[in-house]
Amino acid sequence: MSHLGIPVEKWVGKVQEVKLGGNGRKSVVVGGESTLPFLHFEGSIPNRPAIAVEVQDKEPTDWPLQLLSAWGDVVKEPVSWARKAVEYGADIIVLRLRSAHPEQGNSGAKEAEQVVAEILSAIDIPLIILGTDVVEKDNEVLLAASEIARGQRVALGNCIDKNYRAIAASCLANGHVAVAKTPNDVNLAKQLNILLHEVGLPLNSVLHDPTTGSLGYGLEYTYSVIERLKLACLTGDEMTVTPIICTIGEESWRQKESRATEGIPPSWGAHEERAITWESLTAITLITAGSNVVVLRHPRTVELIKHVLEEGKRH
Amino acid sequence: MTGIEIYKYLPKTNCKKCGFPTCLAFAMKVAQKQVDISLCPELSEESRRIIEAASRPPIKLISIGKHRKIEIGNETVLFRHEKTFYHQPGLVVRIRDTQQLDDVISLVKGISDYSIERVGLKLSLNGFALENESRNADDFTKLAEMVSSNTDLPLVLMSSEPTVMKSALGKIAQDRPLIYAADKDNWREMTQLALNYQCPLTVFEPQGLSQLAELVELVSQRGVEDIILDPGIPCSSNSVDTLTQLRRMAIKSSYKSLGYPIITFPGSAASLKEEAMLAALHITKYAGIIVLDHFSPGTIYPLLTLRLNIYTDPQKPIQVTAGVYPINDPQETSPLAVTTDFSLTYFSIAGELQSSAFPCWLLVCDTGGLSVLTAWAAGKFTAARIAKTIKQFDIANNINHRSIIIPGYVAVIKGELEEELPGWKIMVGPREAMDIGNYLKWKWQAEVSH
Ligand code: B12
Ligand code: SF4
Repeated sequence: MSHLGIPVEKWVGKVQEVKLGGNGRKSVVVGGESTLPFLHFEGSIPNRPAIAVEVQDKEPTDWPLQLLSAWGDVVKEPVSWARKAVEYGADIIVLRLRSAHPEQGNSGAKEAEQVVAEILSAIDIPLIILGTDVVEKDNEVLLAASEIARGQRVALGNCIDKNYRAIAASCLANGHVAVAKTPNDVNLAKQLNILLHEVGLPLNSVLHDPTTGSLGYGLEYTYSVIERLKLACLTGDEMTVTPIICTIGEESWRQKESRATEGIPPSWGAHEERAITWESLTAITLITAGSNVVVLRHPRTVELIKHVLEEGKRH
Repeated sequence: MTGIEIYKYLPKTNCKKCGFPTCLAFAMKVAQKQVDISLCPELSEESRRIIEAASRPPIKLISIGKHRKIEIGNETVLFRHEKTFYHQPGLVVRIRDTQQLDDVISLVKGISDYSIERVGLKLSLNGFALENESRNADDFTKLAEMVSSNTDLPLVLMSSEPTVMKSALGKIAQDRPLIYAADKDNWREMTQLALNYQCPLTVFEPQGLSQLAELVELVSQRGVEDIILDPGIPCSSNSVDTLTQLRRMAIKSSYKSLGYPIITFPGSAASLKEEAMLAALHITKYAGIIVLDHFSPGTIYPLLTLRLNIYTDPQKPIQVTAGVYPINDPQETSPLAVTTDFSLTYFSIAGELQSSAFPCWLLVCDTGGLSVLTAWAAGKFTAARIAKTIKQFDIANNINHRSIIIPGYVAVIKGELEEELPGWKIMVGPREAMDIGNYLKWKWQAEVSH
């Protein structure tokens, strides 16, 4: 084939490897690739995209019944839920501190510490802890979670332009990774990474969430932002090297196609099949764009995405 | 090609039949793409092909079928953000000539009629791939005839046996089906069929891209111009490798023999769900025709949506015009809701209002085509802007109440809007459009009964 001269890009950049866990706990390394997704002929892809499964610290009130029942009773109790997610094949658990949200329980530092400690001792895979996205509250619960998880190299988010100093300092002090989040914009993503870098958090301790739009609801914007971030990284921009994390489940299970069971045309098909495909297609498409961690909700999606990724590796 | 280069191939007789005084003048116009080379009747077939090949786009535009055609190719970039992707891949469903004919008819009708309304567009599947599994010419021809008479969608005829192909083409060539496929053994006969019946031809060669290119050259030297490539890619995520190489060969290296659309078969070795995953990969990464082995609306709908998303022009969001839209024959007592002019946003809420069966007014603000929260964050869906829009469209004189429902995601503007619209009641609607029906039923009813 060589005489055809297939164009092989000589990329100069490489995605930063970020390690989660370790120190007695299983570790997961994400990133590290020196080419675009799936292009094994051109560079090395040492780590396949990681599959993270979302668990909430209280029973979700806004999840469709079908999604809840796929998990069963464990959704009432985060520790059993996390254990179950490990059984279903999660590489990483994402714990969402929903109950700390001022309008959804307003629990505080103590509760956050407790649930984080319990989950860390119940599972041996890495943990990502996401707060409420209310800045003051996150400063309270995320920092408490950070302390209690000291040395376990968890990831803490969301770390945004308004709270990055506090989160970065806490990650540095306790050996954690920050989940930086910016709204859908290559330059904003880059800027926040620069800020984190300037306050001394090395980029091997940052995952970046450039905001996810679900299939049918902004996916194409997210897709191109991620693809552009990856291209920037590979062409040598050192402030776009952070691995990318996407909150796939949260976005896709919010949409009508994943929720509606009645009053819809037959061409929409069976609800479960449609909803799971909605989540899986959002995931596989953003993986194709360059996502390194996909946060999923449905057990079948986890199984399917894992299968597709591992199948590709074997060939 | 420059004018001078084109000139070299012309007869240089200055006979003027093309309408230009000299061959050189004509060549210059062709080079500027102002006239077509076919205007010169004296040109040899060979020269015409060379000039056309040199001036055609990096990936040739191919059309298949006659009525609801599949048009693919003519892509110019590797990444959609560089410009846009133009021609959506055709999604076709495979049928085998060993299947029960009765089942086939209803499947064909079902698929031909299948459509989804989304963002004001009608999304549908694009055709059928008929496979000669029986190895029998009569069965295959019968299937082709029957499918052809039950659909206006394009067909792909799949048989490696030239006699079988000929038999089917004899009956349905006027539909301009895609012939699948010329391979290293049968290419001479298949090429002849493509020429005789004027149908596009697939070239199948799984040994490697240079072997594929060689076979394409042989076929095109004999005069076939409309070609589809089948590199025989594996049924796994690794297929992205080959698809990317082909796209780069066509676009970055301007390698003409591989500058054609590609056909893929994500269903051949996979379950329904895996098929959908691979089809998704092929939609984002460069397939021209995707042959599915399943027709299941629950996966087809997401795939059609993905195709629409990926092929949306990234430079310009699809918009609707600002204004007040009546839904379900509203009266002056009917509720008023406000949204933005991003097409997706508008159709989400308008669709739900419509199916709620409540007569109502939907006020659409000019935000330059942004979603609710994006517009709000960009300062284009503010209390002031909404108040201005209400005045602009003279809402107050067309309704007899003073209540307006705002999207739940912008609940924060309630206070400001109350200031901007003294005497109005600002009602915070649900966040997701699908909950508006219930909201109207409970909250609006309670509101009016006061
Ligand atoms: C795609 C996207 C973009 C695209 C724009 C797409 C577009 N044409 O609007 C781009 C990349 C350009 C973009 C840019 C920005 N974005 Co943006 N974007 C998104 C994203 C991913 C999806 C938006 C979308 O398309 N939703 C789908 C549509 C259909 O949703 P919707 O309009 O809200 O409609 C739903 C409901 O509101 C409801 N509804 C609609 N109308 C009505 C009416 C009534 C009465 C009711 C009851 C309900 C209702 O129905 C719909 C379905 O349920 C979201 C995050 C997310 N995952 O949602 C961020 C998001 C909206 N963006 C955000 C921001 C900050 C920005 C920027 C300001 C960033 C920046 N500084 O550059 C810019 C601003 C743009 C500009 N200056 O021009 C933030 C807003 C944060 C906030 N809470 O204020 C978000 C939420 C991301 C985040 N989490 O930070 N963005
Ligand atoms: S018709 Fe052909 S040969 Fe005659 S002048 Fe024009 S280009 Fe020359």
